[in-house]
Amino acid sequence: MDAAEKISVEDEAVDKKIFKDCSKIAFYRRQKQRLSKKSTYRALLDSVTEGKESTRFQIINEAAKVPLLAEVYGIEGNIFRLKINEEAPLKPRYEVPDVLTSKPSTVRLISCSGDTGSLVLANGKGDLKCHITANPFKIDLVSEEEVVMSINSLGQLYFEQLQIPPKQSRATKENEEDTSDDTTQENQEELGLWEEKFRNFVDVKDNGPASIGLDFSLHGFEHVYGIPQHAESHQLKNTSDGDAYRLYNLDVYGYKIHDKMGIYGSVPYLLAHKLGRTLGIFWLNASETLVEINTEPAVKYALTQMGPVAAKEKGRSQTDVHWMSESGIIDVFLLTGPTPSDVFKQYSYLTGTQAMPPLFSLGYHQCRWNYKDEHDVKAVDAGFDEHDIPYDVMWLDIEHTEGKRYFTWDKKRFPNPKRMQELLRSKKRKLVVISDPHIKIDPDYLVYAKAKEQGFFVRNHEGGDFEGVCWPGLSSYLDFTSPKVREWYSSLFAFSVYQGSTDILYIWNDMNEPSVFRGPELTMQKNAIHHGNWEHRELHNIYGFYQQMATAEGLIQRSKGKERPFVLTRSFFAGSQKYGAVWTGDNTAEWSYLKISIPMLLTLSVTGISFCGADVGGFIGNPEAELLVRWYQAGAYQPFFRGHATKNTKRREPWLFGEEHTRLIQEAIRERYALLPYWYSLFYSAHVASQPVMRPLWVEFPDELETFSVEDEYMLGSALLVHPVTEPKATVVDVFLPGSSEVWYDSKTFAHWEGACTVKIPVALDTIPVFQRGGSVVPIKTTIGRSTGCMTDSPYGLWVALSTKGSAVGEFYLDDGHSFQYLHQKQFLHRKFSFTSGVLINSCADKRGHYPSKCVVEQILVLGLKKHPSSVTSHSPDGKAQPVAFTYCAKTSTLNLEKFSLNIGADWKVQIQ
Amino acid sequence: MLLVLLLLPMCWAVEVKRPRGVSLTNHHFYDESKPFTCLDGSASVPFDQVNDDYCDCKDGSDEPGTAACPNGSFHCTNTGYKPLYISSRWVNDGVCDCCDGTDEYNSGIVCENTCKEKGRKERETLQQMAEVTREGFRLKKILIEDWKRAREEKQKKLTELQAGKKSLEDQVELLRTLKEEAEKPEKEAKDQHRKLWEEQLAASKAQREQELATSAFQELDDDMDGAVSVAELQTHPELDTDGDGALSEGEAQTLLGGDTQTDAASFSDRIWAAIRDKYRSEVLPTDLPSPSAPALTEPKEEQPLGPSQPAEEEDEEEEETEEEEGGEEGEDEDSQETPPPVVPPQTVSPTEEDKMPPYDEQTQAFINAAQEARNKFEEAERSLKDVEESIRNLEQEISFDFGPNGEFAYLYSQCYELTTNEYVYRLCPFKLVSQKPKLGGSPTSLGTWGSWAGPDHDKFSAMKYEQGTGCWQGPNRSTTVRLLCGKETVVTSTTEPSRCEYLMELMTPAACPEPPPEPPASGNRDEL
Repeated sequence: MDAAEKISVEDEAVDKKIFKDCSKIAFYRRQKQRLSKKSTYRALLDSVTEGKESTRFQIINEAAKVPLLAEVYGIEGNIFRLKINEEAPLKPRYEVPDVLTSKPSTVRLISCSGDTGSLVLANGKGDLKCHITANPFKIDLVSEEEVVMSINSLGQLYFEQLQIPPKQSRATKENEEDTSDDTTQENQEELGLWEEKFRNFVDVKDNGPASIGLDFSLHGFEHVYGIPQHAESHQLKNTSDGDAYRLYNLDVYGYKIHDKMGIYGSVPYLLAHKLGRTLGIFWLNASETLVEINTEPAVKYALTQMGPVAAKEKGRSQTDVHWMSESGIIDVFLLTGPTPSDVFKQYSYLTGTQAMPPLFSLGYHQCRWNYKDEHDVKAVDAGFDEHDIPYDVMWLDIEHTEGKRYFTWDKKRFPNPKRMQELLRSKKRKLVVISDPHIKIDPDYLVYAKAKEQGFFVRNHEGGDFEGVCWPGLSSYLDFTSPKVREWYSSLFAFSVYQGSTDILYIWNDMNEPSVFRGPELTMQKNAIHHGNWEHRELHNIYGFYQQMATAEGLIQRSKGKERPFVLTRSFFAGSQKYGAVWTGDNTAEWSYLKISIPMLLTLSVTGISFCGADVGGFIGNPEAELLVRWYQAGAYQPFFRGHATKNTKRREPWLFGEEHTRLIQEAIRERYALLPYWYSLFYSAHVASQPVMRPLWVEFPDELETFSVEDEYMLGSALLVHPVTEPKATVVDVFLPGSSEVWYDSKTFAHWEGACTVKIPVALDTIPVFQRGGSVVPIKTTIGRSTGCMTDSPYGLWVALSTKGSAVGEFYLDDGHSFQYLHQKQFLHRKFSFTSGVLINSCADKRGHYPSKCVVEQILVLGLKKHPSSVTSHSPDGKAQPVAFTYCAKTSTLNLEKFSLNIGADWKVQIQ
Repeated sequence: MLLVLLLLPMCWAVEVKRPRGVSLTNHHFYDESKPFTCLDGSASVPFDQVNDDYCDCKDGSDEPGTAACPNGSFHCTNTGYKPLYISSRWVNDGVCDCCDGTDEYNSGIVCENTCKEKGRKERETLQQMAEVTREGFRLKKILIEDWKRAREEKQKKLTELQAGKKSLEDQVELLRTLKEEAEKPEKEAKDQHRKLWEEQLAASKAQREQELATSAFQELDDDMDGAVSVAELQTHPELDTDGDGALSEGEAQTLLGGDTQTDAASFSDRIWAAIRDKYRSEVLPTDLPSPSAPALTEPKEEQPLGPSQPAEEEDEEEEETEEEEGGEEGEDEDSQETPPPVVPPQTVSPTEEDKMPPYDEQTQAFINAAQEARNKFEEAERSLKDVEESIRNLEQEISFDFGPNGEFAYLYSQCYELTTNEYVYRLCPFKLVSQKPKLGGSPTSLGTWGSWAGPDHDKFSAMKYEQGTGCWQGPNRSTTVRLLCGKETVVTSTTEPSRCEYLMELMTPAACPEPPPEPPASGNRDEL
């Protein structure tokens, strides 16, 4: 085997000693220690000034003496923003740029002073108010007279103001004062103010302590979600002492599950939901962040000995959320909902919506570390055709390069990358290759030499280029936080610059936490220096975000702005959805990892990142055939669908597990391809309407308490409920079908159930429990080709599942699948299907769009039609009526319209009598 | 078999009208004048529903020329090349699957007809293959004959060796007896010689001791009265017995056995032994030779001095060995920490009488005779072992499964190499496979002979080598060697399809199948 092993970080299990727990984080210790000695802040309300955009006032605590400046903004779409910063810091404190899509439009808040010692700021309509109490400082968020959230009601506001570094003479001073400083020194170490030790690393902090913290009490809420990425349950758990959710992007090979340690990406955004209201708290900070959660459930009347009034008080549940960050300012957005859908819109108004993926990227992706050479690629590609399994994208990991020099090809293994891409292109397939942020130190490597020459690398504390070990050996790291570096990096993807690249080549950014093999916690030293002289600690969590941003921009630019990019990233931050897809990193081939993929992806989905997936089969280790089959079945119903495996695993292309398993995998992938029109339409909805593709049940059923904690099943859009089998040798699964007024149809057998019940569904190895919700129309492809590109002209079918009232609606979106013409020229088709009173109507959902398609709908399946129809007639746009052949099955109440052939983009209706 | 089929002439040149995507063989099922019955018999539809882009038959047979049925097959005639069935879902999908391009009649793309070119290439390849097969098979027959002969020879040799082994065994036994007989007088003579020397040694030692006692007595006897008194003894405080540094009168008296003085005879008999270790001579401050010093050693061997010396030297040796090993592994950091105290060997040449005198002539003669007997015996024993080894090897080779006719036997005890960019791969059939970095370094085992590993019907088409060097965090390396028909024996490729699972291809005439009979000289083969 080759040399890569020698510098590998592979360990089958995580060595948790490499990573910090809370007790090893100095700012956590400081905040805990300081907060135990309460010193409350008060607002100086006589200092209130009303600016054009915000209302400002000072807050002060007696210990600090120097006041802080608080600003409250009203933002379009029922959002409040609270900023707290030093009024005149010694030097500017980091405020996270580039995450907000544009400067959010502010709305003027009307101040209607309350009593003395309080200030009320209301939105235009007056239904949302910020009630500010002066002493102790507290803000209540009031919606229609109900206090839904309180800020600093627990007095955990914490703000370390920048200080002048202790004089260099400190050492001499200590000498003078002799032994008297011993305890102080010990204390220094404990507090980690100017220096913090971990294992054999010392973090020297030139700026000293700068941490911040604030608490939020959510009244009546018991369910909170979000703050990815953790290998944890969807619903956030109470944090015990020293076990906060950590947001710090780290490369954790084979991460432990059910753990709150930080892994590859961070979105500092939390959602809270209760009956009647959904809220969001977006804590815009890119430094290391810890979140503590404490939920006090409601106390039932029956359980209390107190009087009814007291009991009522007590009966209200509450969740306290305590945010702590190492650095930066307090900049927090309060998203007031009130519905889940509103919160999704509010969040995407701030950070952007999911990028519209090119259609091919919703197909199946075949990856492995590594497909060895062009011959191997050719053989695997042929294998898919030979076994008649559709797939869209072949992937190449780091070994395709010349010694891990990205943008190059290993000349021996890949002598003719263009020819290889032509082979893939001939089947309308694509290629994705890896491009990591570390650049091998090698003066003869052009990318290195150019970046070095222009000073494009992150610098170390001493001022030289930062150097760390990664795949290529000693490397420097591009400073993607600099716009100039990003611009240059983007230019590297131009076809003329990236030798051997063609327009079917797309990119994958890995190791961008950034991963530094011998660095503290396998990442970069916090005192490394970025563009603008900012320390790495200020922006660690956004480093990977910037690489994906620059990569996506590069792919757009190489097509002269015409083509949509596809970029997969491992590290991410709030807003990464604008640039492509995210996966859950180095998971393991075990059932428990298959199971946890569902809550992990649901959490990403509700925090804006709809295009997400987990490596099918598990990256590390060898899945047995049954696990692999179940994983393909689950993956087929998850947004980003890629099989991947690490280097020392056995080959696991779908056809290597015997005929029966090959067939099962083929079947699962084909189901994915059949549903692509639905997937694509869902992504359009995520793109324009901010609605997640993969949805936890509570999002679709916000008024049904039983759904709030469900994480073994989920909704795909609003029409399909998926309950993947995640247990070995399962013969039956318990599927919860929510909604008392709902009806659900098994997508295979067409059997139906009333909602609000748990049903036992028998499962064989070929069963993927998927249920269509009554009242929905799902568009599908009736013929599966070898790739999405080969299916452009193939016909459609419609699955019409009737509600209890006998109606159904659904949408369908189509464009060329790859360009920005849908945006710039409005070349798209957005149709609406509605079924009421026996008539199915295909009508236009968005008149702005035009896109000619020669595709026809050839099959319509109506589920839940109680009565045998006597005739079915189609009415085309020209008014021509034609009888339609049909078959009706009374046993399953299913009507099948055959020999149907009406254009998908035309107005027509079908009448059933 | 495949070869046979491929070589069959395809000479139906007549164009027969049939629905799109239907093969000639199935043509008769599609009769325009009748309703079409699905090939699986599941339904019957009017003939105009054949290829109307709607799937009526469960088996897809009504849509042989469209993509309407998920499980249908489209037939490409591929005139000039081989006909082919493709999945009907690939019809009009924009990808040219048939070399005649007939699968893409309505997708907007134009497929070039490449059948002629492909047919030509295919024919060339087939011809080459046929030539290789013919020649290879000819060689294979020779190999089979060779092995037949070689096997017989080996069998003969084996029989010979087995016979020879018998007489060798007898000879060994004889020589063993002779050796034992010669060793008896040798031992006796040597024992006798040693005993004499030991007695001599003891006598001279006693004499030396006596001399020492006498000189001590004289030293002690300060007043030269022929007796050592308590007071005289007390002049030597080192003889102190209670550890207070002084020899009291009582102590001295005790030493003198309760008497107040002693004469020379009883001093040397009784008292000297008790005080000799402590006694410091007034003239010579050197240590007295210790009576417990090792007395007996083989002749020629160097005599280390002092009682603690041997132990120390052992330690030193151990440390030296450790250091050497460390040096080989390149871990020389630790060894610097505690350098062993280098004690220069204090080779004080032993006094003449410590050395055993050489054997006398008679004894030496016995020894020489015994040694000769030993040498003869050992030589015979070695020859026997060699023969046994040869027998084992031959038996193994003769009984080895070298294929149905022993055609693979010639590979036994051969090795073949393939040099790639990074490595030199070495295959020694039926023994092992290894990989060695091109730029030096030690070889890695990719497996040792396991078994024939072809599929049941073709067991001898592959070999499996197992239990090679373990992979870092992985399995033991293993190699499958695929055997392909070729004129020469050569390793043509090595790959690693899965980590640490290697695949090697070996061309050999032994893998060539029997070629079909020579085709008629002027067969019409243009239609392939």
